Amino acid sequence: MSSISQRAPLAEKAAEQLNKTVSHPETSVKNPTPRMELQKASPKLVTLDEAIRRSGLKDGMTISFHHHFRGGDKVVNLVVGRLAEMGFKDLHLAASSLSDVHAPLIEHIENGVITRISTSGLRGQLADRISRGLMKEPVIFRSHGGRGSAIASGDLHIDVAFLGASSADPLGNACGYSRSENAKSICGSLGYALPDAQYADKVVILTDDLVDYPNTPCSISERQVDYVVEIDSVGDSSKISSGAIRDSKNPRDILLAQKAAKVIINSGYFNDGFSIQTGTGGASLAAVKYIRQSMIDRGIKASFALGGITAHMVRLHEEGLIERLIDVQSFDKVAAESLKSDMMHKEVSANEYASADEPGSAVHYLDMVILSALEVDVNFNVNVLVGSDGIIRGAIGGHPDTAADSALSIIVCPLLRGRIPCVVDEVTTLITPGSSVDVIVTEYGIAVNPRRPELAGRLRAAGLDVTEITALRDKALSIIGTPAALPFGDRVVGVVMNRDGNVLDVIRNIAD
Amino acid sequence: MQLKESFAGTLESGDIHVRLMPSPTPGLTIHLESSVACQFGDQIRRVIAETLAELGIDSAEVNATDKGALDCTIRARVTAAAVRATGKDVWAD
Repeated sequence: MSSISQRAPLAEKAAEQLNKTVSHPETSVKNPTPRMELQKASPKLVTLDEAIRRSGLKDGMTISFHHHFRGGDKVVNLVVGRLAEMGFKDLHLAASSLSDVHAPLIEHIENGVITRISTSGLRGQLADRISRGLMKEPVIFRSHGGRGSAIASGDLHIDVAFLGASSADPLGNACGYSRSENAKSICGSLGYALPDAQYADKVVILTDDLVDYPNTPCSISERQVDYVVEIDSVGDSSKISSGAIRDSKNPRDILLAQKAAKVIINSGYFNDGFSIQTGTGGASLAAVKYIRQSMIDRGIKASFALGGITAHMVRLHEEGLIERLIDVQSFDKVAAESLKSDMMHKEVSANEYASADEPGSAVHYLDMVILSALEVDVNFNVNVLVGSDGIIRGAIGGHPDTAADSALSIIVCPLLRGRIPCVVDEVTTLITPGSSVDVIVTEYGIAVNPRRPELAGRLRAAGLDVTEITALRDKALSIIGTPAALPFGDRVVGVVMNRDGNVLDVIRNIAD
Repeated sequence: MQLKESFAGTLESGDIHVRLMPSPTPGLTIHLESSVACQFGDQIRRVIAETLAELGIDSAEVNATDKGALDCTIRARVTAAAVRATGKDVWAD
């Protein structure tokens, strides 16, 4: 029984017991092609049309996109434009967010190519038209953590994900940056695309820099990728820090940032090893600048900074003031470059960042978050989605996720924007419930949620101008007069989902 | 009161641009474009009309482009336009 042929009957018997057949490798043929050549013939490497056809996409299905290029995104318009030309109808577009640059979707909605939208936010012309009743089906708005949860639970099932990447190899290993000399774009973290890559039935990577295998280290693994499509441009990196993100020189923003910094420093949470996140908005981003000196003076270091990572955060990290950066979205090129080159600057998925049902999501271990707002009300509810004119003009982002799970949430907003009050009786749309909001910082005073008397005490003891939230509302009204009611219609154009997957509020159409 | 066409203000956020013209018909005609028209349109018109009335102007055509100005700003811009339109310096009196 020492030869292979003599053992054949035993192999047959073993195969039968395992419900398998016996292999005959002597018939298989090795491929002698040099591997640099072989990878160029990767079966995953196809044209966009071919990827769409092979994905099995059908009318009525759900397609998804990420928004890491923010105002510079070129993938959504390209893919949806092509789907329209190919005759697709009734598609559900599930983007992590949409902005001004996606106005061409209006035409595709009018033509029935897109009939449903799920997103974190809407801006510009598209938002304006949807607010006035462009779509029959209401837009479903979710927070970033809420979207991650919905994708993982199956509430938001994605049939085909179209994910832009700044580099990918022919097998689909993809990143939000490129290490090749032909790099055309950079967006840094692909955090909002990672749930899509993990859970979508089919994943198409679109890239403007097709690099040699292996494109490591990578964000999205080839194991999750079905097709790779090379295109001219996935996005304009210079527009990443557009839209909501500004580095403000506005004196009022600077005043607000300085006040927010004083709140942080005197909150009781400004201790060695603390963790911090800043939202979009000039004042909340700038607050970081003003806590830097106090960190140095007191010898305090942060264990991590979370979120949308900015150049400010990278600077503090490089100075040794912040140990680690946890990055679901890089808010500027500096942050994107840092993610590429710094081991302690870690990319995380939307779920690891902010999902309520993920015990280890980073927001649970966040001490403080500094956020902006379009409106706050006397019950500390916050609206970051719908303007005071009833028109959708923002994004939920991680606002409710970070406010709910952090130890201290600080909302920074001016009392008025022009003639529009930011402290009101009741928010136009409920996005972040007052039960998760701790402090409101305005240039006319700081209001602390009555749930947190110990916090109010600490801020008062530090000499900060703590006042009642109703006093701020009254101050606003005394300057601007009483606004007339908005002309809302009776249709629902948007549904705001809570991060637990249930409905939080609805947005009605604005009548012309 | 004789008016010559004049204006005051800018199109900056928080400001109002007010153009004052003689009216071919008696009375006040106000054309208002405002970023906050829904909530504050009536209030802005009333402030413009009251300010002109206080200055003794009851017949004029007003083209106003508002970018969310507060009432004090609206009064200041309307007054400045009126001073330029009438040549009568109300601040000097």
